[in-house]
Amino acid sequence: MSKAAHTDTIVGRGNRDGARLFREWFTGLGQAAAEERPAAYVFVMGSMVELLRVFDLPIVFPEINSLQTAVRRVAHEYLDEAEDYGYSPDICGYVKADVATQLRGGEHPMGRIPKPSIAVYTNACNTYIKWAEIWERMYQIPLFTLDIPGTREAGAQTWPGEEDFERDRRYVEGQIRELIPMCETVSGVPFDIDRLRETMEHANTMSRAWKRLLELNRSRPSVFSALSEGTIYLGVSNGFRGSSAGASYFEDLVEEMEYKVDHGIGTLTDERFRLVFVGVPCYPIFRRFNELFTEWGGTFVNSTYLWFASGGSNVGFEYDLARPLQSLAEGVLISVRDAMDSMFFQTQLLADMIDTHQIDGVVFHPIKSCRTVSTGLADNRRALMELRDVPSLFIESDMMDRRVVSEAQLKNRIDAFFEGLHSRGQRAAHAEQAAARAEGRPDGTD
Amino acid sequence: MAYAAGVDVGSTQTKAVIISEQRVIIGRALTDTGANVIRAAESSFQEALRNGDVREEEVEYVVGTGYGRYKVTFGNTQVTEISCHGRGAVHMFPKTRTVLDMGGQDTKAIRVSTGGEILDFCMNDKCAAGTGRFLGAASSALDIPLNDLGPTALQGERPVKISTTCTVFAESEVLSWLGKGKKIEDILLGVHQSIASRSVGLLRRVGIEEDVTFTGGVARNVAMIGALSQRLGLSVNVSVESHFMGALGAALFALDHILSSRAPAHAARG
Repeated sequence: MSKAAHTDTIVGRGNRDGARLFREWFTGLGQAAAEERPAAYVFVMGSMVELLRVFDLPIVFPEINSLQTAVRRVAHEYLDEAEDYGYSPDICGYVKADVATQLRGGEHPMGRIPKPSIAVYTNACNTYIKWAEIWERMYQIPLFTLDIPGTREAGAQTWPGEEDFERDRRYVEGQIRELIPMCETVSGVPFDIDRLRETMEHANTMSRAWKRLLELNRSRPSVFSALSEGTIYLGVSNGFRGSSAGASYFEDLVEEMEYKVDHGIGTLTDERFRLVFVGVPCYPIFRRFNELFTEWGGTFVNSTYLWFASGGSNVGFEYDLARPLQSLAEGVLISVRDAMDSMFFQTQLLADMIDTHQIDGVVFHPIKSCRTVSTGLADNRRALMELRDVPSLFIESDMMDRRVVSEAQLKNRIDAFFEGLHSRGQRAAHAEQAAARAEGRPDGTD
Repeated sequence: MAYAAGVDVGSTQTKAVIISEQRVIIGRALTDTGANVIRAAESSFQEALRNGDVREEEVEYVVGTGYGRYKVTFGNTQVTEISCHGRGAVHMFPKTRTVLDMGGQDTKAIRVSTGGEILDFCMNDKCAAGTGRFLGAASSALDIPLNDLGPTALQGERPVKISTTCTVFAESEVLSWLGKGKKIEDILLGVHQSIASRSVGLLRRVGIEEDVTFTGGVARNVAMIGALSQRLGLSVNVSVESHFMGALGAALFALDHILSSRAPAHAARG
């Protein structure tokens, strides 16, 4: 195959295959709903999908369902319905869109969503717990809260081999051992440790690939947008975690990105500003929001969203298949803890990334309907500015609710941010030329 | 002689400024924006030309700014009013490091470098509390012309505490103070202090560094200047051109373009 033909085939494959897998996933959920098969409801931070797959439970991510209503521009219908039902405008938009989906008997723009038979979630987000209680009341289903010990203070994580870590790991492992019989009861499928090894092996491939992907975007030009394309990859990472289809997708994706790096194929034709995104995307105007940056030649080379919403897969933790349950506990502990750190202790992580990814600017995007991820961003921004001399932008909107998204206001702030980046770049170029002149280097005056 | 122009299409009013190559304001104009934004930009520009006795063909470059900057159809490019107010303020007061621009529907706190470049900024979000609109609501509730609000407030001695942060509710709060028998002067002083308090909050988010320059239409209000200075504990710069500061900044950016396009290649690189 010629290079051009190979380029046509491989570049964009991740986006195409990701969209296909997504459709297939929702088709499968629709079939499960039609057959009234029980589904497991899980969340992105600590989904435990590796384990749940062993019991043949269809996997539903209500967060992903909800954001899809926003991307497909019907979120307001769902939010209105939940608010009419009595939910406050001030609570999480994901919760309200899901409540409306349940009230509609699973009706969703991507197909029908099966009812839950069990909900498994961690304490990574406080809303998870109250959200699951809604299903408990609606459907009288069992809930399982996996309590993950978080980082006690910034930079004070413990690691395997340390006494504190081993205590935490045993605590998590004990909970996993309690979850297994509950899954057997709900699904009617007996636990099979060899099947767990299989799903963990696939998860290892995906985890390794996720870490590699983020590293590959250090290249200049960057090979994917962490905001737009990254969100597609994120969907597959969550929905297909621990599956052969997911593993195969990510092997292909790494191959595609390595090809793009090797051939200098950037996600933008003219990359002028390398940015990092902090927070959750603005899904009600998802494409336009990204364009407000790309029109200036700005692209997001990384985002904290790809860290915490992947459940901490950015750490690249790989399970030891020789001791599956112990290692599962270890991996969940390290990854979910990292997801929480990505929201609450992000300052040093961002400072490091500014160096490794050659970042020109940081965009903080707090959102109205998620206090968990937004509270503290102003402080994080101030702390980061003290560590690094890098421009930052603080813009507020929402992940779901178009009533609090003002494109004109966003554009005004984003344009001003880029005007500042542009003049800063010019000033740096002039300073470099002056230095070159002073040293008699050829790129000085003539 | 070539001229540069800046047209600032704001939510309430449209301002146009013509400057000479010596960076001196030659002509200026102020019109209500109204519903036809394109026409407002054109008429403001034409009036500034007449005011400065400048022919349109003598204006080499026009920069549009403000929310309606893309409606300046005869303009050559657009720059946000955030950059323009920063640039204009540093031009008028070179020691400026912090700018507060208070317009009809938004208030901006801007931190600038010695060259007038934007280092950081912060604005009110999706809410007109702490902006000129807040004063408009008080003007309407008390039936006092906008221009008389400042002088009236200065006569206040015991300012009321305006607790609402919502412009819509501000009107009813003002009326409720009237109902309690408070003097109009004291109510208005309270309104000014409330706006000043919110504005200083914005300034703190970007960091307050002297000199502080106050720009925008509300900077013509003497009571607001006083309330701000008192709240900040320092005096603020206010230019007689404060209302035109965005348009002036836009004109200065336009002049930059004219001068850099004339510069010889080696000078441009150097």
